[in-house]
Amino acid sequence: MKITAELLAQHNLTTEEYSRIEQLLGREPSFTELGIFSVMWSEHCSYKSSRVHLKRLPTEGECLIQGPGENAGIVHIGDDWCAAFKIESHNHPSFIEPYQGAATGVGGILRDIFTMGARPVAAMNSLRFGPIDSNGNGNAPRNRRIMTGVVKGIGDYGNSFGVPTVGGEVYFDECYSLNPLVNAFALGLVRKEQIFYGKAEGIGNAVVYVGAKTGRDGIHGATMASAEFDEAAMEKRPTVQVGDPFSEKLLLEACLEAMRSGAIVGIQDMGAAGLTSSSCEMGARAGNGVEINLDLVPQREEGMTAYEMMLSESQERMLIVAERGRERQLQEIFQRWDLDAVTIGHVTPEPKLRVFHKGDLVADIPNAALTEEAPRYNRPQAKRPAAVRENLKDKIDLIWKRVDGDLGTILEQLVASPNLASKQWVWSQYDHMVRTNTIVLPGSDAAVIRVKETRRAIAMSLDGNGRYCRIDPYNGARLAVMESARNVVASGARPLAITNCLNFASPERPEVMQEFSDTVDGIADACRALGTPVTGGNVSFYNETEGRGIYPTPVIGMIGVANDTHTITTQWFKDDGDRIILLGESREDLGGSELLNSLAGYAGGNVPRLDNETELALQSICVELIEAGIVKSAHDCSDGGLAVALAECCFSTYRHNAIGAKIDLSEHAKLSEVEPETQHRSRVLSLLFGESPSRMIMTAKSDDVAMIRDLAQRRDVPFAEIGTVGGSQLSIELDDSLLLQSELNQLESLWSSSIAQRLDHP
Amino acid sequence: MKFGVVVFPGSNCDHDTYHVISKVIGQPVDFIWHKEEQIDHFDAIILPGGFSYGDYLRTGAIARFSPVMRSITGFARDGGLILGICNGFQILCEAGLLPGALMRNQNLRFICRHVNIRVERTDTPFTSSCEQGQVLSTPIAHGDGNYFCDSETLAELKREDRIIFRYCDESGTVTREANPNGSLDNIAGICNKERNVLGMMPHPERASESVLGSNDGRLIFSSLAVSLNQLLKVRA
Repeated sequence: MKITAELLAQHNLTTEEYSRIEQLLGREPSFTELGIFSVMWSEHCSYKSSRVHLKRLPTEGECLIQGPGENAGIVHIGDDWCAAFKIESHNHPSFIEPYQGAATGVGGILRDIFTMGARPVAAMNSLRFGPIDSNGNGNAPRNRRIMTGVVKGIGDYGNSFGVPTVGGEVYFDECYSLNPLVNAFALGLVRKEQIFYGKAEGIGNAVVYVGAKTGRDGIHGATMASAEFDEAAMEKRPTVQVGDPFSEKLLLEACLEAMRSGAIVGIQDMGAAGLTSSSCEMGARAGNGVEINLDLVPQREEGMTAYEMMLSESQERMLIVAERGRERQLQEIFQRWDLDAVTIGHVTPEPKLRVFHKGDLVADIPNAALTEEAPRYNRPQAKRPAAVRENLKDKIDLIWKRVDGDLGTILEQLVASPNLASKQWVWSQYDHMVRTNTIVLPGSDAAVIRVKETRRAIAMSLDGNGRYCRIDPYNGARLAVMESARNVVASGARPLAITNCLNFASPERPEVMQEFSDTVDGIADACRALGTPVTGGNVSFYNETEGRGIYPTPVIGMIGVANDTHTITTQWFKDDGDRIILLGESREDLGGSELLNSLAGYAGGNVPRLDNETELALQSICVELIEAGIVKSAHDCSDGGLAVALAECCFSTYRHNAIGAKIDLSEHAKLSEVEPETQHRSRVLSLLFGESPSRMIMTAKSDDVAMIRDLAQRRDVPFAEIGTVGGSQLSIELDDSLLLQSELNQLESLWSSSIAQRLDHP
Repeated sequence: MKFGVVVFPGSNCDHDTYHVISKVIGQPVDFIWHKEEQIDHFDAIILPGGFSYGDYLRTGAIARFSPVMRSITGFARDGGLILGICNGFQILCEAGLLPGALMRNQNLRFICRHVNIRVERTDTPFTSSCEQGQVLSTPIAHGDGNYFCDSETLAELKREDRIIFRYCDESGTVTREANPNGSLDNIAGICNKERNVLGMMPHPERASESVLGSNDGRLIFSSLAVSLNQLLKVRA
């Protein structure tokens, strides 16, 4: 086949990239080879635009067993147990085909975990959609359909597979309209000595194909995910794969059994770029080559070409390197689970990927050409022109006028806003209890699972804030990392390590590239301060449709460990008479807030200031107090600020009715009465709804308050006793004047019904 | 005394059930592979929750043809104790060991949450340690839990006191609001005429340890252990 400019364009390869292919091969590539290069050099597989930046992330730490570069990162969690975890995006497929796109996203991340030898024990996901409100939004029906499909896809896959989906986040913003983000996280447990790697070691060892048969689905999926969409996006539907959670469940059990048998040398999931990436990456990691014969590959359809087989992204498949002579044993294990296990090749000394089909050598490529030698771009960067600064005072006045100065109305509107409302509609469709390890139900700051074999528990949280990152990518990223750590801390665990999913628009736009680079620096700064290494993650570029890109949206997945399940704490207020404490300082941090976004439609201003030292001091005393067993509830103040956080503490949860609180902020904040009225408004709104980081709401028995005060004073953490738990209202006072008073029943009903109403009765 | 937990391809609550029997109740237990036909050495058999065969055709519809199901039918006929939880209940209905069917939830969505169920009868080996009318807090997690049967069967179930659990509110009142999935007459669990086979949609194994929020479900397993003990004594 003649290689033309048109053919290259179809493969998303530039002419420079093509010359480089010729140079690396020393000849013209075959059609199959062109296909292989196009997927391996796609943004999705090669990280060509991001690699030069990702190098700046800290990847070392005491707990680290496996950093970036493998299928998942692994950290030591104590005793001889390790956690394998990772997050990955499935944004593009979820836009084209929400149900299957999201389902296969879950399937892919689960395989990344069990290919390391770890049994998946928890899943989470970070979802972003366009607005689902009908008023004046033409895309709302489509956004609702995408959301409904994505949630069902995640549920159906995870539920059937048998992994609990224990938490995550859901946000709405116009920039995600037609650009939904679906980031799937999974975590698995593995004993230290039972970890497996994707390495083709041992010359002469067998290369065994296991799992589902190969079909024509998902061809060029990786390439599709490496380009922006136009109005013809729906024509790309066949590039989305179809998920089969039942096969995946069988594959999991068979793989774990095969791993225990000792016959497996290396193993890798066939994810993006399927057979191609698994074979050349396993070879590259071991410095060996892999030779395969496609005639032996189990096929679902007749007449598939070498090109199609190498590029197929059929799901639920794995590539195994097995000890020579033990192929039979492997076959028996997989047969028991009704799965194919076929030897399709062997490991060779020459570090090349060699592919035979019908007697012909159809591809013969050095591994390095597909991996280390893949293009790397340091793309141009440019600061985004500063947005027109609108006067914050005008926005505040607008909000004030809209509610006639009634702060209770603001609270009601905020808790009912889709970003802050209860996400029960979403998580009640996920089995979040299977495996009977879930000790904190969805809805609290972090999800927590116990590790049955030990006394320990793992806490995990996904956090990102696109609005902050649009305003200030560097600080927005720092805030996201620190918030995820604070969430883990609020449950009583110590932050250990992160994974991250970096969702951005086209890297070919200099301002996007600048935002990306700043984001990486922000994550690096916060992770260094916390001592939590980055164990891996995923970059998703080209999140733009018809020229409109998303906000820079890094999503951080933090995990932490608590040494004793008994001290795990949740955010909900517990008993009448408990004293409420607020640690940290509230400043005038309204920039980028949910208040301005929801009530004034404004996403500007300065993001809250974050000081690493202050944050670390807060986090460390919180963990110590929780470990000491005197904290009855702990909740981070973030989106929506103090008033929303207090309301969330009051709401009901399993076996706890809603319980009120009487708050007096006089010890925490001072407002001078002589201030001009506008200044006063801004101060009050900031106090109640500002989003200053490094704050925590706690409750304790009154006898224990002094101890908390002492520790806070010794560590220089601002401390204030702000009220008492009890009653059926949430009331907030300051300097003897009542700021707001809300009936909890009414507030909770607004909060809990908001999402369901929008989706079920639009 | 030996418990068996059946493993169908796609079962995913098998380990959870095994954990409760071995670690919480402290009784000997083994997994039973779905291709197994020799099950005589077990005294009680549990069909666990999950998605047997992916539930692709209809929940439980393929699992009933597993080799192990032939033996289980014989085991039931001989008076062996069988508990079907969630997918296990669906399989028992498909296999004809229990009457009726589990249809799609009324809201057409999968539902995972804690619900309250009322113990309607304590004269079964599965509820003997409960109190009549006791309210148990246990989770449900299913897409097809909407119990249905024809009116004759319902009359028979009532007449023979075979409705063992009903969805109810916290105080034990059976209300429409407390019915999570549209089940006929708020039915959450039923038994066969001989009272040795019970199917229930809620997951007692998920509510058997206080760290998980509830240990009400433990009563089902401890009832089973006590009943079995008595049964074995009688046989001896």
